[in-house]
Amino acid sequence: MNEDTAMNTLEMVTSGRVEEAVEHRTAFDDAIIQVRGLSVRYNARYAIKDISIDFGRNQITAIIGPSGCGKSTLLRSLNRMNDLIPGAVVEGKVLYRGIDVYSKEVDPVALRSRIGMVFQRPNPFPMSIFDNVAFGLRVNGIKLSKDELYRKVKEALEKAALWEEVKDRLDAHAYSLSGGQQQRLCIARALAVEPEVLLLDEPTVSLDPISTAKIEELLISIKKDYTIIIVTHNMLQAARVSDYTAVMMPDENLVGRLIEFGPTKEVFTRPRDRRTEAYIAGRIG
Amino acid sequence: MGDQVLKGEGDVSLKRAATRRKVLDGLVPVIASIGVFVAIAFLVSLLLYVVVTGAGRLTPTLITDYPSANPREAGMRSAILGSVFTVGLAGLICIPLSIATAVYLNEYAGNKWWSQVLRYNIANLAGVPSIVFGVVGLGFLVYGLGLGRSIIAGAFTLAILTLPYVTVVCVEALRAVPDDQRLGAYALGATTFEVVRYIVLPRAMPMMLTGGILGISRALGEAAPILVISGLLFIREDPTSLLSEFTVIPLQLYSWISRPQVAFQQLAAAGIIVLLAILLALNSLAIYLRQRFYRRLEAG
Repeated sequence: MNEDTAMNTLEMVTSGRVEEAVEHRTAFDDAIIQVRGLSVRYNARYAIKDISIDFGRNQITAIIGPSGCGKSTLLRSLNRMNDLIPGAVVEGKVLYRGIDVYSKEVDPVALRSRIGMVFQRPNPFPMSIFDNVAFGLRVNGIKLSKDELYRKVKEALEKAALWEEVKDRLDAHAYSLSGGQQQRLCIARALAVEPEVLLLDEPTVSLDPISTAKIEELLISIKKDYTIIIVTHNMLQAARVSDYTAVMMPDENLVGRLIEFGPTKEVFTRPRDRRTEAYIAGRIG
Repeated sequence: MGDQVLKGEGDVSLKRAATRRKVLDGLVPVIASIGVFVAIAFLVSLLLYVVVTGAGRLTPTLITDYPSANPREAGMRSAILGSVFTVGLAGLICIPLSIATAVYLNEYAGNKWWSQVLRYNIANLAGVPSIVFGVVGLGFLVYGLGLGRSIIAGAFTLAILTLPYVTVVCVEALRAVPDDQRLGAYALGATTFEVVRYIVLPRAMPMMLTGGILGISRALGEAAPILVISGLLFIREDPTSLLSEFTVIPLQLYSWISRPQVAFQQLAAAGIIVLLAILLALNSLAIYLRQRFYRRLEAG
């Protein structure tokens, strides 16, 4: 979205044509993932309801909101990680490059190698640093010569800003790394598979500020090659790294709803929803 | 004077006092440790009796010779070989089967109702008296399948006897693998098989092997089902094939203990030492394997 359209949006909001503005804000020409009327329930209980949102290519979109608002549920439904949770039922559509990822023909295994994911706590596998990064390449059946494999592992570690720290000890056990390094290793591991979209579920919540800053820098540096969707309950983090921000909030039945979505600057400076304003000001959450 | 020191500002006192809470807190470890003492005392007296009675009879010929009506010439060669073959074969059947069952129940079947039913039933099977397995083995393997009173029939019976226990341990081992490891691999586009093969099994293997070896130890000490299957207490030849007749160490011991002569009692005690030594070796192996695997997993 360029300056002009942002201005138009602002005019629409101020002139009271709110509905149209929302429509405008959520529609991207270049959306890589389009979510339409998405609801997810665990058995009978809805975690999120009726969510529609677009994620723009090569943008960083932050999903913020208080605990229990369904941020992680929304994130997991994008690459069908919800399939692994017993009782989870998805309604509505998630279109990745126009393909409904929940249609019968879609292989969730293939989908997940296109849409990678990094979790809250660093979860390196109990093997060497090198093998951790190579894991995804190996399971995806990509036949590589030793040199090619090494090159890809190096590339992934470089993108994850970890190469300089580990280049001399690729055979060391992943558990010998610090928490922040482990999380960057997990990012490298996800990038090695060469996904198009990277989902991050509160990736810095267990890390110290310096490690957090490193991860934020690296996310901005890889934006040109990837579409990044990051769940965080740290508003400042959303403000620092993201181009777009989605705000979720539980309704009176504790079902997560999308209450605001737009360019990060706008969401933080001129929130449309009073609850967003309250949340950003620290009165909710 | 002490009171004076412990009297703080206001009415704060940090003085020690024998309140009910404190007394109870002091008593509980005393009562709890009685259990330990009873168990240890029993074990030590048993060991002492066996060693004192049997040590003199502990000669190389005890292991190399066949049993005999003359206690001075008797050995347990055929029983040791019988035990090694039957129990070894039982382990080879039982451990892979248990791992497969556990992987299916925990990684594939999930929380479906019938998998829960299966799980409870397997846990219950672990409590069935071993003689029942012997009777089933006799009817199904020895007569039904016509395997005769053979090593293979004994091995399958012991395998099925230990299967529930080992499966329960294997399921526990799989449940102990943190879910974030599975999710991490799934998120990289791994299939369930790849997640199990490369992530879950390597982590669960130490505990699974430990369970398997403990299961084997239990099979090694079983007399009842083998008594039903083999029926032989006295055998003077080496087993040559899977269809050979056989006896096992516990049965040999039973046969010696049931004789009135002192020489046979000493023989039995010496035999018990041999059995205990084998059990100890097996359990040490289990500990060694566990340490080795853990080192490989956690090495920094």
